Amino acid sequence: MLDIKGITKIFAKGTPNEHTALNDLTLHLDKGEFVTIVGSNGAGKSTLFNAICGTFFVDGGSISLDNTDITYQKEHKRSKVIGRVFQDPMRGTAPNLTIEENIALAYARVNHGALGKALNKQDVALFREKLEAFDMGLEDRMKTKVGLLSGGQRQVVTLLMCTIVPPKLLLLDEHTAALDPATSDKIMKITNSMISENGLTTLMITHNINSALKTGTRTVMMDEGGIILDISGAERANMKLNDLLTMYSQRSNKVLDNDRMLLGND
Amino acid sequence: MALALGSLQLGIIYGLLAIGIYITFRILNVPDLTCEGTFTLGLAVSAVSSKLGHPYLSIIIALIFGMAAGSVTGILQTKCRIHPILAGILVMSGLYPVNLAILGGSPNLSLMNSNTVFRDCIAKTGNIGIGPETAKIIVSLIVTGFAVFVLSKFFKTHTGLAIRATGDNEDMVRASSIDADRMKILALSIGNGVIAVCGAMITQYQNYADINSGNGTLVLGLASVIIGEVIFFKRNVTLGLLAAVTGSVVYRYIIAFAMRLPFFDASYLKLVSAVIVGVALSIPAIKSGISLMNTKKGGRADA
Repeated sequence: MLDIKGITKIFAKGTPNEHTALNDLTLHLDKGEFVTIVGSNGAGKSTLFNAICGTFFVDGGSISLDNTDITYQKEHKRSKVIGRVFQDPMRGTAPNLTIEENIALAYARVNHGALGKALNKQDVALFREKLEAFDMGLEDRMKTKVGLLSGGQRQVVTLLMCTIVPPKLLLLDEHTAALDPATSDKIMKITNSMISENGLTTLMITHNINSALKTGTRTVMMDEGGIILDISGAERANMKLNDLLTMYSQRSNKVLDNDRMLLGND
Repeated sequence: MALALGSLQLGIIYGLLAIGIYITFRILNVPDLTCEGTFTLGLAVSAVSSKLGHPYLSIIIALIFGMAAGSVTGILQTKCRIHPILAGILVMSGLYPVNLAILGGSPNLSLMNSNTVFRDCIAKTGNIGIGPETAKIIVSLIVTGFAVFVLSKFFKTHTGLAIRATGDNEDMVRASSIDADRMKILALSIGNGVIAVCGAMITQYQNYADINSGNGTLVLGLASVIIGEVIFFKRNVTLGLLAAVTGSVVYRYIIAFAMRLPFFDASYLKLVSAVIVGVALSIPAIKSGISLMNTKKGGRADA
């Protein structure tokens, strides 16, 4: 499904600030896999997502999705098949557009016709039905500007926008980190049900090691732009937080420095 | 009375300029200086076409020329990654000699002996008992009203929605598989097209074209948009477009009133417009400053 082969990304190449953010990274995802990614600050997790989405082109290696080489495909073309939710709830939605307009924009991925009406009755009914399923009262506020919603509500709208046309690949970049614990739990539940309903191939960055081990089917640990640990199945099921920390220290020769990862407890 | 009617007619025609500025400044969120050049471009193109005997066609030609100039700004902004304001300035100053050449090298062109849209309509409506001033209002209303109607429909289509979202959150637009660059070019093209039509209508209305007519159009348009927002608030696009036109009419009346004051000189107009825009745009900052002051005072009172 997703096939990343030896990608490298160097920022500020040839200057004293040169920084290798991705170092010959290789990762393969099968269809329907739900992989969680953990790693310390600056390990290259978000850079990996940016590379997959095409925010920038990589300096070496190749990325292919569903047997199509997308290494040099433009960002907006890739986003037809890749959905992404950011940590910052402000990034995924347009604040001055209403909820229904935001969703219509995302729905336009399939529903073409550049000069067709953006909001027809059928579509709006579909959006309402989808929003009702979240049980957050958003279905009654479809004409509300998204800027007036709370962070959690905005993340739900973003999630719906990413999945209303099921993408081939869903990228979740600590999408619950900016929310309070109760909302965060709720969003995580919604996320899980969306992923299992549509059988989405998913990569999720999280700072919470416990939830990384509990959620999804496979866990990957990153450090200095590479993957240092890749566990799934029984090995993963038996893995405890402390085992993981020990393994991290062994493989990277340093102690984990991400406070949020260590303090996250649930 | 003549002054009142004249202000109404001009206000409605300049409403097109306000619409163009509304599209670039409010929807796309870029102050676009190209308008100073495209306004004159429309003016010049329309004058020359009318001189050649095609007053109605001249409006369409102005639209096409304006859209072309706007898309040049758009390409400079997006594909060449030039700062939006600089891109506008480049096209604006590049257009000056172009406009001069269109006018045949002279800084102005009179249409005293040519047929214009307004003269033609006045002649035709005169037969059915409509006075010339009323006819002018009707013609202006038809053109501006048509623009408002078409654009408000357009901004509710998929493409229109994508343009609005581009001005609101570009990251999100790219993530929704929309080419944000293309949307910006399209919006600048449409905005400047409407502004060129405004220039063309002004030529038709005043029967001459002047190379310096475009000076200050950005501030003028901004003032109209802002006055309109004070009256209508910011709700949706249709109301935004209507507000821009209304603001333009109100602005004309403010000017007509100011001109009657004994100490007011016509050359102050631009200063007045600039002050209106400057004050209106700083209202949010002033508001937050006042509330901070109140908070501080409240703190002292408690202590």
